[in-house]
Amino acid sequence: MTNSLYLVKPEIVVTIVLVCIITFNLIFKDKPQALPWLSVIGLMITSYFVVEQFSYNSFAFASTDYKGLLVTDPFGAFFKILIVLSSVIVILFSISNKELDSAADRLGEYYSLIFGMILGMFFMVSAADLILIYLSVELLSLSSYVLAGFTKNTLRNSEASLKYVIYGGVSSGIMLFGISIVYGLTGTTNLYEINSLIQAPQINQITLLFAGILIFTGIGFKISVAPFHFWTPDVYEGAPVTITAYLSVASKAAGFALLIRFIKVTFIKSINAEGYWQVINVIDWKSFFILISIITMTLGNFAALWQNNMKRLLAYSSIAHAGYIMLGLVVMSNEGILAIIIYFTVYAIMNLGAFFIVMLIANKIGSEELDDYKGLGYSTPVLGISLAIFLISLTGLPPTAGFIAKLYLFIALVDAKMIGVAIIALLNTVVSLYYYIRVLKNMYLDKPGKEIPKFSASIPNLVLLIALVAPIIFFGIYFSPVVNLAKSSLTLFGF
Amino acid sequence: MQNFPILSLITFLPLIGMIAIMFIPKEQVKPIKILTLVITAVQVILAGLIVAFYNYSAGGINNPESFQFVEKFRWIEISGLSWIGKVKVDYFLGIDGLSAPMVLLTAIVTFVATLSSWNIPKSIKGYFALFLLLDTGMMGVFVALDFFLFYIFWELMLLPMYFLIGIWGGPRREYAAIKFFLYTLFGSIFILIVMIGLYFSSTETLVDGTKVFTFNMLSMMNKANFTPTGILSPFNPNNLRFIAYIALFVGFAIKIPMFPFHTWLPDAHVEAPTAISVILAGVLLKMGTYGILRVSYPIFPEITHQLAWYIALFGMINIIYGALCAMAQRDFKKLIAYSSVSHMGFVMLGMASLTTAGISGAILQMFNHGTITSMLFIIVGVIYDRAHTREIDAFGGLANQMPVYTGFVTLAFFAAIGLPGLSGFISEAFVFLGAFGVEAIRVITVISTSGILLGAGYMLWTFQRIYLGQLKDKWTELKDLSFREYAMLVPLSLIIIFLGVYPSAMLNIMNASVNTMVKFMADAQTLYSAMVRF
Repeated sequence: MTNSLYLVKPEIVVTIVLVCIITFNLIFKDKPQALPWLSVIGLMITSYFVVEQFSYNSFAFASTDYKGLLVTDPFGAFFKILIVLSSVIVILFSISNKELDSAADRLGEYYSLIFGMILGMFFMVSAADLILIYLSVELLSLSSYVLAGFTKNTLRNSEASLKYVIYGGVSSGIMLFGISIVYGLTGTTNLYEINSLIQAPQINQITLLFAGILIFTGIGFKISVAPFHFWTPDVYEGAPVTITAYLSVASKAAGFALLIRFIKVTFIKSINAEGYWQVINVIDWKSFFILISIITMTLGNFAALWQNNMKRLLAYSSIAHAGYIMLGLVVMSNEGILAIIIYFTVYAIMNLGAFFIVMLIANKIGSEELDDYKGLGYSTPVLGISLAIFLISLTGLPPTAGFIAKLYLFIALVDAKMIGVAIIALLNTVVSLYYYIRVLKNMYLDKPGKEIPKFSASIPNLVLLIALVAPIIFFGIYFSPVVNLAKSSLTLFGF
Repeated sequence: MQNFPILSLITFLPLIGMIAIMFIPKEQVKPIKILTLVITAVQVILAGLIVAFYNYSAGGINNPESFQFVEKFRWIEISGLSWIGKVKVDYFLGIDGLSAPMVLLTAIVTFVATLSSWNIPKSIKGYFALFLLLDTGMMGVFVALDFFLFYIFWELMLLPMYFLIGIWGGPRREYAAIKFFLYTLFGSIFILIVMIGLYFSSTETLVDGTKVFTFNMLSMMNKANFTPTGILSPFNPNNLRFIAYIALFVGFAIKIPMFPFHTWLPDAHVEAPTAISVILAGVLLKMGTYGILRVSYPIFPEITHQLAWYIALFGMINIIYGALCAMAQRDFKKLIAYSSVSHMGFVMLGMASLTTAGISGAILQMFNHGTITSMLFIIVGVIYDRAHTREIDAFGGLANQMPVYTGFVTLAFFAAIGLPGLSGFISEAFVFLGAFGVEAIRVITVISTSGILLGAGYMLWTFQRIYLGQLKDKWTELKDLSFREYAMLVPLSLIIIFLGVYPSAMLNIMNASVNTMVKFMADAQTLYSAMVRF
């Protein structure tokens, strides 16, 4: 037991920082401005230990038969790094978020809850046991329910939180039901053991199918794929924009990491020489995922066409992106996972960037409505051009990183000879162009209703903005670093 | 000269200019304009240098050795033990007789368009920054020989074009801009999917003897480089080459624009400012036909043979449909837009013939149409700047009021009709010469000749309505050409007359490449004959 502790160093650090933040806030109640920096320093230390994990590939807390609760492997380490980076960015966003001013005396809670989420997500990406999966999802959810309604003062904020709690509660209940059925079938909660047990012929296929889909419901809620997406627009619209950005990137990344590990560890018999997975013949996950991903992206893209609120628009766009990312799982190959990892690297940057600008603009004009964006491109050229770059990248046009991300997905699809799915996804891209470009149309092509004075962001925010824009352009032109990072993060323990 | 990176320079000079413009305060209107003008002028000089140092005997097309001004180095390479994610992209530029005329055309048209943008009313800084970005994209498409690079440049033009139409355009500019954007993006997704398919079907042998998948277009043109099982490989009995060809063709046809994908063009032209119309008609439309000649033809030669008849048929529809539409227009600019549809039909007809004369005619027609239509759009712009209307029936008798202007109009109109002695005649004659010699498309060719008659019909009728007859009282204030307008119209006129009298100047450049292509296509017919399947 104790000799596994070195494998969970990041989790330990996160817990310590969490406690530190609470204590610091109790002692120095009048210095909330130090909290974000404390958090950032904590995350820096965490990232050091996470990077260390790229070289590990083993179980932690293994029991007598060498099957452990969680695993540390490069795949998990990649998602942990992604989570740490997006947390740092979101914490830096939070410093200048005006929505949080109304809750200035409770900022200690805000940052400690973020660390609660981080801890939950860390366990999610490395869990190899159904019990730990459930606990980590709950840990993430409980923290995010509170954060979604953190500012309390607006009606839609409380609505967001309540909706999130209800949807989340129901779906985690369903997931728990699925877990209990799997336990009943196999007598174990360890994914690796389940894998070898369900290959036996005496397993009841129908029951297992039922249980698998129930568990997918819980994960599907976290990654907001159709038909489990209904909470997303309302929560994204109502929550403080920093939390919206965080939910759309980090929480989704953790959900996908969990899903990939769950599917790959539990339901894969072997991997052939070309990297394609041989699925155990119980659930036709492939057709199931094709269906889910096509419905998700189409629904997300078409619903986004009618949105007039930036946060809602980006919410539906993030649903659509979940559909695209799902395509990487559809191909059931290591190449697909590579595409997902590349996609997430890029998606995190561009989506956080887009939300950042929405926040900066809302700070100034106090609105997220598209109608109020009219003529904004001329009053704030820097933010306007940056938002244009992020939206073009989200559409997936070269020479931005978004194109590279999509390219790798389509490469995976074409290589798996799933041309039809690729064409549907590409047509979806054309649809998505329409609503992304509508934002730019309002900003540049339309006359402003009222005169907006010129404004720009503060110097630190501009630096942060450049740090987000630069990689989008750079990786669009020279993408070897992203792909090499993804290649080194491909190893899942046990394969 | 062959080792000097002149193609990179001509492609990325505008991009450097764009970055420079970003740093000029936007009140400094004059420096921005002059910088843009200087950059486009330097481009013309560079294009001139390319022609001056051009080796007339080098064929190009499918032979990497005979491309000129080649720049090739590794851009992206993802290696590693496992093959997953292994991608190799080359920064591979080069020109042959197919692209050299296009590079020259792009440089000239962009220079003229810069002059034409001189009096843009608002946001001058943004306008010229986007204009130069567009310039880089256009130039890049014509010099790229790596499919990946080609696609990046292809897509790079979309966004600047959207804004240039959408911000500086006419009353319905938003509709026109988004229509253009959606149409072209719809087309380019097909190009993308075929590109990925070809990537998985063709290999390139590295120096150390290993074979890797490649985006290199020239490798894809060699049948021996295809893998046995790739979905677009001719060796695979279940290949999808036929479908891929059609997908690729649709992607390019939207840009031409080919009937029935042409509907974005009149809208975009009518709403775009004059300079952007000039670019659109002068350069962008050529990308469609250039793409077909550069990509579809040599990579899928056997399907090209199968479908040449249909290409000719659609060419004929374009010629006649475009001419009939043009005849029905009341808006001067829309009329010119539809005449473009008609004239691009000649290019398709020439291409479909697969003969030396036909393909030479097609490429020459691309160049000539670029210069003639640019001139026509400038002519529309001149009158719109003064009268603020383009209604044909609103005018009459302008020849007396603006004699010099009318002189240029006469030249451009007759060049568009195809009067001997002007450049339009030569290219159309070559197209018909080539197409008529091919038994299969002879009927189509004969029907298409009526396009010339229709062209003369709408052009002369328009001329009569606008420039002849009684001058209306409200137009007695109109002034004749300004110095800037001379500067745009004179060079284009000279080119039109020069190529009308001495077309060999251009034909010699493309001759070796056209011969290479015709021979390649003819050889391919036997080479691929065993594996043609529907």
